[in-house]
Amino acid sequence: MKLKFGVVIFPGSNCDYDTLYALKDVLNQDAIFLWHKEHNLKNVDCVILPGGFSYGDYLRSGSIAAFSPLMQEVKEFALRGGLVLGICNGFQVLLELGLLPGAMLRNKNLKFLCQFVHLRVDNETTPFTNKAKKGQVLKIPIAHYDGNFFSPPDTIQEIKINNQIVLRYSDARGQLSEEANVNGSLESIAGLINSAGNIMGMMPHPERASEALLGSEDGRIIFESIINWKG
Amino acid sequence: MKVRILVSLKDSVLDPQGQTVKNALHTLGYDSIKDVRQGKVFELELEGMSPEEAERVIPEISDKVLANPIIEKFVWQILEKD
Repeated sequence: MKLKFGVVIFPGSNCDYDTLYALKDVLNQDAIFLWHKEHNLKNVDCVILPGGFSYGDYLRSGSIAAFSPLMQEVKEFALRGGLVLGICNGFQVLLELGLLPGAMLRNKNLKFLCQFVHLRVDNETTPFTNKAKKGQVLKIPIAHYDGNFFSPPDTIQEIKINNQIVLRYSDARGQLSEEANVNGSLESIAGLINSAGNIMGMMPHPERASEALLGSEDGRIIFESIINWKG
Repeated sequence: MKVRILVSLKDSVLDPQGQTVKNALHTLGYDSIKDVRQGKVFELELEGMSPEEAERVIPEISDKVLANPIIEKFVWQILEKD
């Protein structure tokens, strides 16, 4: 059975076609675009908020997109238990919407980082990582300016207690270090899930690591996990 | 009425941009500058809004839209009265 994915397009999204391609052409699933002004999710099984620079990152990354009509539908869908994955700018939108805890600060070195990173899977029980093994290291690229995850001390306590940290920046052997934590994120957080376990945000781009030609196929595991979860 | 809202990172949040500006100022010899915090300024023109209403609305929109209360704080002032 094929799943139906909805890839949301905001003005300034630029990973929308890559994501649709990965889902349709690489993974042979149904996938449609959802325009930010629409009010209808068209019965998709999973909503994906792709990477890019929605509204030019004006005000704060992801903030204006969070107010779009479609995102109110996405919020309701998510609160009913629907699967939502935010990639990069999509993660920032989920934070701005309050569907995930915390906020993004500018990268610690004040540089736009565009490079492959290693990610350690710390929670393999989620809809987005169930095809991975605990501690498995994935090689997936990042491309962002505001990916330095921050949350107040009480919030990060809660995140840890609930096992909401899904992916962490690590080295190739899965070791955490200040050096491997390229953007300075609190607790080396690269991927975070809500406490109910149906909304995930991740700064790395799995769609950009979906074919060997792109330098890595490790990103497929994220999409294959969703397919496995719903299948 | 015209109001000005100043949004900046909370004191508990590291401000690497402010740090970089401070370092540049030190390079130029302004050693007495102890700290720099960077922020954003919004100037809003309000029509038909009483100062009492502004007292309610400005903090509301600042919390909801202009600032992200997890990392940012805001102060505001009336620049021009009607």
